[in-house]
Amino acid sequence: MSLVIRKYCSIVNACINVDGKTAFSDPEQDGFRKFIRAAYRYFETDYPKFFKMDSLSKLGFLSVEVLLKGESISGKHPIEKTGIILTNGSSSLQVDEKHWDTIRNREQYFPSPSNFVYTLPNIMAGEAAIRHEFRGENTVLISEGFDAELIFNITDLAFKTGSLESCICGWVEQYEDNYESLLFLVEQSVHENMVEKSEEDVIFEPSTLLKIYKQEL
Amino acid sequence: MEELIKKLKIEIIEVLNLEEMEPGDIDSDAALFGEGLGLDSIDALELIVLLEKNYGIKIEDPKDGRKIFFSIRTMAEFITENQK
Repeated sequence: MSLVIRKYCSIVNACINVDGKTAFSDPEQDGFRKFIRAAYRYFETDYPKFFKMDSLSKLGFLSVEVLLKGESISGKHPIEKTGIILTNGSSSLQVDEKHWDTIRNREQYFPSPSNFVYTLPNIMAGEAAIRHEFRGENTVLISEGFDAELIFNITDLAFKTGSLESCICGWVEQYEDNYESLLFLVEQSVHENMVEKSEEDVIFEPSTLLKIYKQEL
Repeated sequence: MEELIKKLKIEIIEVLNLEEMEPGDIDSDAALFGEGLGLDSIDALELIVLLEKNYGIKIEDPKDGRKIFFSIRTMAEFITENQK
């Protein structure tokens, strides 16, 4: 069994690329918050809960949203065998700090429930999984930087154990106005119910991931 | 009362991250949960925190929440009656 990258999407420097081509760019937006809202509107995403998410989840959610635009994952694979495996460097540090600000003063101890629910990076993957009804492997791993070997090994293992037929995997990093994401839609290249491997397919392997990362980010 | 209602709308938009809304978009008498603003259980907790933090009012019996948080107006009435 070999795995292929059907599509990839990157978000960095106020620009969203899909398969290396610019899908949205808005360099005039000042800071992450305004940019991600402008991108949300541009892609006509109808999901009001987006506005309640923390910044990391917004980035992860929109990355998945753009990656899957025009795709019909559920039509090709069982939702139980579609997963999301993400890596990240700063975890949920920004919202952790925001939460800490609400509890560090015992005289003003007012923890915010809506902040607290985002004090785990896994929530980012959960938000995307809820939206698209993925019920397969759902994991967020922390690494110092984009780690092609880590992304490959974990994803490849999930496919080899038979728990996945398709997966969104990659890197989603955000802390204040520093942000970047690179997600891959990975599928089995040969399957009785699937399109056979074609010349356009990009093989899912660490060197390819790293090459795309260097091109995109 | 109307001043308090306006203030509450601004505070709710801020704490619940209803970024797309203006105070004028919220009907003072419409249901906050369910069909109205569509708030969820986390939002309910956030409203309880808002009452305590901004108005010094603690809800002693959680069962009262349904009545208190029915609408912006019921919240404002509760605050007016209970603020020290």
